[in-house]
Amino acid sequence: MKNSLMRLPALVALSMLMAASATSVRAASSEDDYKAAYAAAEAANSEAGKLRNQWTTAVSALKDAKAAAAAGDFDKAVAESRKSETLSKAAIFQSNEQKDAWRKMEIR
Amino acid sequence: MRLSFRSAAMGVVLAALTSASVQMAHAADSPNPPADLKAFQKYFTDKFPKLKLKDFVNGPYSMDKGLYKQWKEKEEFPPYEFALAAGKEMFEKPFKNGKTFADCFPHKGIGIRQNYPYFDEKQGKVVTLELAVNQCLESNGEKPLSYTKDDMASVTAYMAFTSRGKPFDIKIPKDPRALAAYENGKRYFYTRRGQLNFSCATCHVQTPGNHIRAEILAPALGILNAMPIYRSAWGGMGTTSRRFTTCNSQVRAVPLTPQDDEYRDLEYYLSYVSNGLPISGPGARP
Repeated sequence: MKNSLMRLPALVALSMLMAASATSVRAASSEDDYKAAYAAAEAANSEAGKLRNQWTTAVSALKDAKAAAAAGDFDKAVAESRKSETLSKAAIFQSNEQKDAWRKMEIR
Repeated sequence: MRLSFRSAAMGVVLAALTSASVQMAHAADSPNPPADLKAFQKYFTDKFPKLKLKDFVNGPYSMDKGLYKQWKEKEEFPPYEFALAAGKEMFEKPFKNGKTFADCFPHKGIGIRQNYPYFDEKQGKVVTLELAVNQCLESNGEKPLSYTKDDMASVTAYMAFTSRGKPFDIKIPKDPRALAAYENGKRYFYTRRGQLNFSCATCHVQTPGNHIRAEILAPALGILNAMPIYRSAWGGMGTTSRRFTTCNSQVRAVPLTPQDDEYRDLEYYLSYVSNGLPISGPGARP
């Protein structure tokens, strides 16, 4: 009982910290945030393109980011840009991994 | 002294073994199209022992009794018939300069589908039938056709129809560029791409005959012999270019431009490993 009482302030503090961090995540993104996130996503998509392996979902997310920014929704624009960047980075990883791995599937 | 002799002997054996394994690895990785063809066809005939080799050109219809029955009935009034008629008309209609497609092709373009694609040593690249059709048009001052739309499908449907039954006879000349193109096509075929992490082989080597949603996957062996095809899913005709680009989209990869090097090389590889199987195009698919 004593132990659980002692843990309570720690739990409250933790909850407050979590709430604070959640609030900071929810803080509105600015146009500059969007521009930085979009540039990073575009660079990753372009690199995937050089490897001849862009993913349709990465390209769609880029378009959605642009559309959201045009509508003034920078939170969504940043989120879509980050999603696109993550997908393109996965495409780049896939291409590099497949440079040799494709032979494992070859009929011999 | 004895020890050093032993270790020297072991060293020699080890070196010989290493050299042999390196040579074996090298041999395994050296391009060998005839060996590829043999292994490729054996894989499919082992996987489907009841199928005759020539039946692989019928794709999913050879994999399912019900579909086979439907196909036989469909062939009485084939859905590609209109494209065939349109293709014949386009093929015979003179260009503005008075020439026709027949002037661009060997044997006046009749019964030659089985020789495409080929490696053109002058151009230093693989020439598919679709590319040859457009090169013919452009060299005669005409506008090229879209690689994915009906007119291209119609012309190639007619050319395939005149070649029905003739076995694929794709050659790889003794030109390192031809072998490189073949290898590039093979690499493309087996490389995973797109968000779904699929290669062409995932569907058409590992799982032919299985369902993917309502469709039965076709085997890679003989898959191009039926091109171009009328696809019920498309509600119309489609070229090889259309097939490749839609396959890419379906695995969530951005398609390349039709007739890009990779696609032409892929067609070269896939056609070569189907050598000996008859042309059955134009085809119909679910």
